[in-house]
Amino acid sequence: MIPRPFAYHAPDSIGAAIALLSDFGDQAKLLAGGHSLLPMMKLRFAAPEHLIDLRRIKGIRGIDMQGDEISIGAMTTEREILASPLLAMHLPLLVETARQIADPQVRYKGTIGGDIAHGDPGNDHPAVMLALDARFVLVGPHGERVVPAADFFLGTYVTAIEPDEVMTQVRISKPAVGSGACYAKLKRKTGDFATAAAAVVLRMDRGICADIAIALTNVAPTAMRAEAAENALRGRPVEDAAIAEAGDLAMAACEPAADLRGDEAYKRAMAGQMVRRALRTALSRCTG
Amino acid sequence: MAKKTVVSFRLNQADVDVLVEPRELLIHTLRDKLDHTGPHIGCETSHCGACTVDLDGMSVKSCTVLTVQCADLDVLTIEGFAKGGQLHALQEGFMQEHGLQCGFCTPGMITRAYRLLQEIPDPTEEDIRYWMSGNLCRCTGYQNIVKAIQYAAAKLRGEVVETSHPMMAEVTV
Amino acid sequence: MNEIARDPAADLGRLERLEGIGCARKRREDPRFIQGRGTYVDDIHLPGMLFGIMIRSPYAHARIKSIDTSRAKAHPGVHAVLTAEDLKPFKLHWMPTLAGDVQAVLADGKVSFQNQEVAFVVAEDRYIAADAAEMVEVEYEELPVVVDPFKAMLPDAPVIRDDLAGKDVGAHGARRHHNHIFNWQIGDRDRTDRAFDAAAVTVSQDMLYPRVHPCPLETCGCVASYDAVRGDLTVWITSQAPHVVRTVVGLLSSIPESKIRIISPDIGGGFGNKVGVYPGYVTAIAASIVLGRPVKWIESRNENLTTTAFARDYWMTGELAADTDGRIKALRVKVLADHGAFDACADPTKWPAGMFHVCTGSYDIANAHVSVDGVYTNKFPGGVSYRCSFRVTEAVYLIERMIDVLAQKLGIDKAEIRLRNFIPKDKFPYHSALGLDYDSGDYTPALQKVMKAVDYDALRAEQAAKRADPDCPTLMGIGITTFTEIVGAGPSKSCDILGIGMFDSCEIRVHPDGSAIARMGTISQGQGHQTTYAQIIATEAGIPASVIQVEEGDTSTAPYGLGTYGSRSTPVAGAAVARASHKIREKARKIAAHLLEVSPDDMEFDLDQFRVKGDPARAKSMKEIAWAAYNNVPEGMEMGLEAVDYYDPPNFTFPFGAYLAVVDVLKATGEIKVRRFYALDDCGTRINPMIIEGQIHGGLTEGFAVAFGQELPYDEQGNVLGGTLMDYFLPTAVETPHWETDFTVTPSPHHPIGAKGVAESPHVGSIPCFSNAVIDAFAHLGVTHTGMPHNAYRTWQQLLALNIAG
Repeated sequence: MIPRPFAYHAPDSIGAAIALLSDFGDQAKLLAGGHSLLPMMKLRFAAPEHLIDLRRIKGIRGIDMQGDEISIGAMTTEREILASPLLAMHLPLLVETARQIADPQVRYKGTIGGDIAHGDPGNDHPAVMLALDARFVLVGPHGERVVPAADFFLGTYVTAIEPDEVMTQVRISKPAVGSGACYAKLKRKTGDFATAAAAVVLRMDRGICADIAIALTNVAPTAMRAEAAENALRGRPVEDAAIAEAGDLAMAACEPAADLRGDEAYKRAMAGQMVRRALRTALSRCTG
Repeated sequence: MAKKTVVSFRLNQADVDVLVEPRELLIHTLRDKLDHTGPHIGCETSHCGACTVDLDGMSVKSCTVLTVQCADLDVLTIEGFAKGGQLHALQEGFMQEHGLQCGFCTPGMITRAYRLLQEIPDPTEEDIRYWMSGNLCRCTGYQNIVKAIQYAAAKLRGEVVETSHPMMAEVTV
Repeated sequence: MNEIARDPAADLGRLERLEGIGCARKRREDPRFIQGRGTYVDDIHLPGMLFGIMIRSPYAHARIKSIDTSRAKAHPGVHAVLTAEDLKPFKLHWMPTLAGDVQAVLADGKVSFQNQEVAFVVAEDRYIAADAAEMVEVEYEELPVVVDPFKAMLPDAPVIRDDLAGKDVGAHGARRHHNHIFNWQIGDRDRTDRAFDAAAVTVSQDMLYPRVHPCPLETCGCVASYDAVRGDLTVWITSQAPHVVRTVVGLLSSIPESKIRIISPDIGGGFGNKVGVYPGYVTAIAASIVLGRPVKWIESRNENLTTTAFARDYWMTGELAADTDGRIKALRVKVLADHGAFDACADPTKWPAGMFHVCTGSYDIANAHVSVDGVYTNKFPGGVSYRCSFRVTEAVYLIERMIDVLAQKLGIDKAEIRLRNFIPKDKFPYHSALGLDYDSGDYTPALQKVMKAVDYDALRAEQAAKRADPDCPTLMGIGITTFTEIVGAGPSKSCDILGIGMFDSCEIRVHPDGSAIARMGTISQGQGHQTTYAQIIATEAGIPASVIQVEEGDTSTAPYGLGTYGSRSTPVAGAAVARASHKIREKARKIAAHLLEVSPDDMEFDLDQFRVKGDPARAKSMKEIAWAAYNNVPEGMEMGLEAVDYYDPPNFTFPFGAYLAVVDVLKATGEIKVRRFYALDDCGTRINPMIIEGQIHGGLTEGFAVAFGQELPYDEQGNVLGGTLMDYFLPTAVETPHWETDFTVTPSPHHPIGAKGVAESPHVGSIPCFSNAVIDAFAHLGVTHTGMPHNAYRTWQQLLALNIAG
C-alpha cells in the first residue's frame, strides 16, 4: 500500500498547471482531494510519474451565485458543499447528495471537480449533474470551453476532458421556483458506493409534471439519464401508477454490472426502487 | 528514486521540518519520522479512521494524505490534546464513559470528535453517529463513544457532568 | 468472599476505597490510550530495524516453477529476499499448526490458496520493501482449484496436499480421502437414531455458517530481534497467547525457551485472530537471525482478511425429534467443516471440533449425536474462534435455529417452546447427552424477564396485525435466543494445546508499603484486565486496587499461561488471581495473629484488615501486615508476602443469556432495520459492571456485523472476494443499533468467586437471534431458514422468491 515514486508539483495558477500537463502528457495526473487517485496509486493500479496538486491554485474553490446561475469551483470540497447556506437555500439537492458521499473525513478532502472528472460511474455527483443539466468549465492551453454534463461522461473513467485540460468550475442553473428534487441512494453502509441511486429534479404545474429529470448512479458504464422514464412522466399527474411505470422504464434502461453488492437483476430492481423513492420525495418537496 | 524534499509544518503547535519523498504518506511521517505513534494504521484504504488527524481545521485520514501536501499547514494529533497534565474534556469523557476498550481506534476517534464539537457544540445522538461515521471501532459498539462525546460536549459548554457509570453501582454490603 | 460485614455505612466507605468486585472502577489502561501513548507492535522502533513484506501467490492452486529474486536483491536498500529454499537449512520452511497439521511458512514447490506466502523481502524501510516486492518474479503453473468442501470430497477432486500422500491417519484419526482431515463423533448414535424413529415429529434443516473473519482494527505483526552476541531472541508480537508462541518458537528454532522472550504489548483487538502462529512471524524471526538486525513485519488489511485466521465455514445439518407438544427427544447433527488448505484450527488437541458438543444448548435433550468431518480446500487456513469459545458460536447457532424450525413446524410460540424444553434449575449440575457437565443455570426467569421488559405479547400482536395487512411495506420479525455457552477452557484432563494443559496463572507480590504487583499468563486485548484483576485482588486480599499494578504479556516476567481467548481469562486466570489472593490472605492472617499475639484461628478477615474475633478494636490493616512481612514474621515463616497460583479448572463455566430482537424488513429493497435488541446476560458474579456492559455492547455489534454483512466469498478460481473494508462489513456508528442490556446472577459453583466470563456471550447469542428475527419475519410464508449474511441483496432474493419484493 505504498505508491510508486513520482515527482510532485504544486503550481499556483491554472496556467502553470496546464503548462505542466502539456510538458508531461500522460505521465502526469492531477491531484484534487486525492481520495480516488491516491488509493489507486497505493495499490499501484495508477503510477503517474508526475503528480500535479491543484491545492494552491486560487479562484477554483468556493460557491457563488450570479442571477440564476450557481457556480461551484472544482476544488470545492464536499464538506464545503454540505455547510453552504447558499446551496441549502437554492440547491438543497447538492447538499443532500454530499451528505451521502463517503464519510466525514473523506468529505473534507474530496472535491466536486474530482468526483466528476474521475469518470467513475459509482461516484454520486455525475448523475446529479446530469439531472441538473450542469455545465463544466474546462481550461486548456487554448483557452476555456464549457461542456454540458450530457456530453461529458463518455465511458467508465473516460470523460470529455482532454489530457491537457483542467476542470475549474461547475455551473448549475438554479432549479425553477417550486420544483422539488431528491437524491435517493441505496448503499450497504457508510462509505460505500451506491448499489443503485437516482437523482430526480421535478417541476409540477397544477398537478401535472411540467418538467422532469431523472439520472442514475452506478447502474451503467457511466452515470445516465433515464429518458424513457422522464418522457413517460412529462405532462402527466405524478401518481402511484406513473411513479411505478417510471421505475420500470428506468430499470429497462440501465446496464448494471454484478459485484458483491448484487447481481444484475437486483441492481436493476434497485435502480427502479431508487427512482420511485426519489420521485415520491421530490414530489413531496414540490410547491408548484 | 524521486528526490527528497524538506517539508515544514506545525505539529501540535511546534514547528517541524522533515525530509521526505513526495510519495510519503503523512501517517508514516508522523509515526516513523516524528515519533507520533498515537494515530494508527488500521486499513490504509481510508476506511477505518484510526489514522485521523486534524489538518488545518479538517479531520483527515492521514493514510490518504501526502506529507508534501501539508507544507505550511497545522497538524493536530492526539498527542496535542492534554495541556499541562490536564486532560482534554474528550479524553476525560472517553475514560469516564468507557468509550474505549483496546484503544486502537481511540486517538482517531478523539481527534475526529474534537473537530465535530468545534462545528456542532451540542450534538444529538443522531448527529454524533452520523458525523463520527468515518471512524470504525471493533470493541465498543459505539454506544459509550456517543456518551463520551456528549459528556465532553456538556463539559466544554461549561455544564456540570457526571459519569453514567457510578462507582458503587452493584456493591451490596 | 468476605467472612463478615457489620456496619454497612462504614463498610461502604472502605469498600469504595478498595475498588473491589462489583465496582464500576474506571479503567487503569485508559490514560495511555486516550493520550496516544499506548504501545502497539507497530509503535516499536528499534535501532537498525528493517522492514519485511510478504510476496503472495495470486493463484489459489499452482506449482511454483521458478522464483527469481535477483532483481529484488539488487535493488538498493534491500537486505534479503527469503524463499523456502533459504529456510530449508534451518528447517523453518514448514511449521506445526495448533491442530496437529503442518503449514508451509514459505511455499515449498506449490501454493494451495490465494495469497499464500511465497517469499519475504527485507529492506531498509517499508517503501523500499514495497518497491522490491514488485521485482520478485515467480512463475506459476496453475492447477485445478476446489473451493467447495463437498466437491473436495469427490473421488476425483484435485489433491490439495501433496505432502500428505499416503498418510491415512492424521492428528485426529483416520482420513478416508486425500482431502479429508478427520471425522469426529460424539454421543450415542444408536439411541439417538432410535429416538428419531420413535418420535412423533422430526425436523431437519441445512445451514451454512459462512466464512468470516474477526478483523480486529489492528492487523497482525511482529518485531523480531535476535541478538547474535547474547544468543537471545526477543519478539514483540500481536499474540493472544504469548507463552504458547514462545514454546512454538522454541520448538521451531531449537533456541531454548529461556533464551526467548515474547512480548505481547498493547493489542489492538484480537477476537481470535491473534491466537495462531503465522508465517509472517516465522519469516521475520528467521530474517532477524540471518541478518542480525531487528525485523518488523506488519500485515496489510487485505493480508489480514485473506490469510490470517478465518472463522466458521461450517456446513451444518441439524435434526430434532420431538413429541407433538414440542418436547425435544433427540438431536442429530452432521457437519462438513471447511478448514482451508492447512488445518490451522485453534482447538484443544482432543477436540477437533472444539466445544461444538455444547449444541444441545439450554435444553434438556436426552439423546444426541454429532458427527463432524474436516476437509481441505484451496482456501486460506484458520478456523479460529471469532469472539467465542472453540466452535461454540456454530453450536449455539445450530440449536437456536433448530428450535425455531421445530416451533414453526408445530405452530408453537418460539418463547413457549423454549420454556417447555429448558433444563430445569433443580437438575444442575447437569450432565448433557454429549458429555458436558453444566455448572449452573436458571433459564426460565431470564427469558421471562426479557419477555416482560419488551412486552412480548404486544410485539406478537403488532406482528399479527402487520401480517394481516397486505399493503404493509415491511415484514416484522421477532427473534429469540436462550443460549448457553461453554467457556473457560479448560480442565487439563480434556483441554491442552500442543500438549500443554490449559491452566492459567497468577503471581502476586505485596511490597513493604502494602502496594502490590500481580502478573498473569493471560493478555488483555481491550478487556480491561489491568482494571478487573486488581478488583479481584482488592476484594480477596484486602489491598486497594489503586495500589495494585497488573502486568501481562511479557514471557520473561509473567508466569506461564495459555492466554486470552474463549472467554477464559476470568474463569481460569481470574480464579488463579483469587486463589493467589487467598494465599496472600492466609499468610497475612498468621502475621496479624503474630503481631497481636493471638491464635490465627482467632483472627477474622474484614475487608482490608484482620481483627480479633469478639474484639474488633484489635486489628491490623493489610498495609501494616505487609510491612511486618518484611521485618517481623512468626518463627519459622519465610519473609515476604507473595504467592503464585497455577489454576487447572475442575470444569468449564456455562454463562447463559436470553436475547430478543425486533426487525423490520423493507419489501422494496430488502433492507433490514433492527428496531430493538434486548440482551439479558448471566455471567455469574459480576466484577465490573461498566466493563461488562462494554463487552456486551461490543459483542452484540460484532454479532450484528456477522449476521447482516460479513462474509468472505470465493469464486470458482479460488479468488477470495471482499478482502477490503469496502466490502467486508465493519459497521459504523450509523449502522449499529442501540443496545439494551440486563442481567441475572447465577454464580458458578466451582469458581472461587463464582464468575463465568462474559465477553463472548453477546456475539454467540446475538447472531442466531438476528437470524431468528429475520426468518421469523418470513415464517408465516413458510420460510424456515435463510442464509447469512442477511444483507439487503440476499433478503431481496428471498422476497423475490416469495413474489412479495417491491
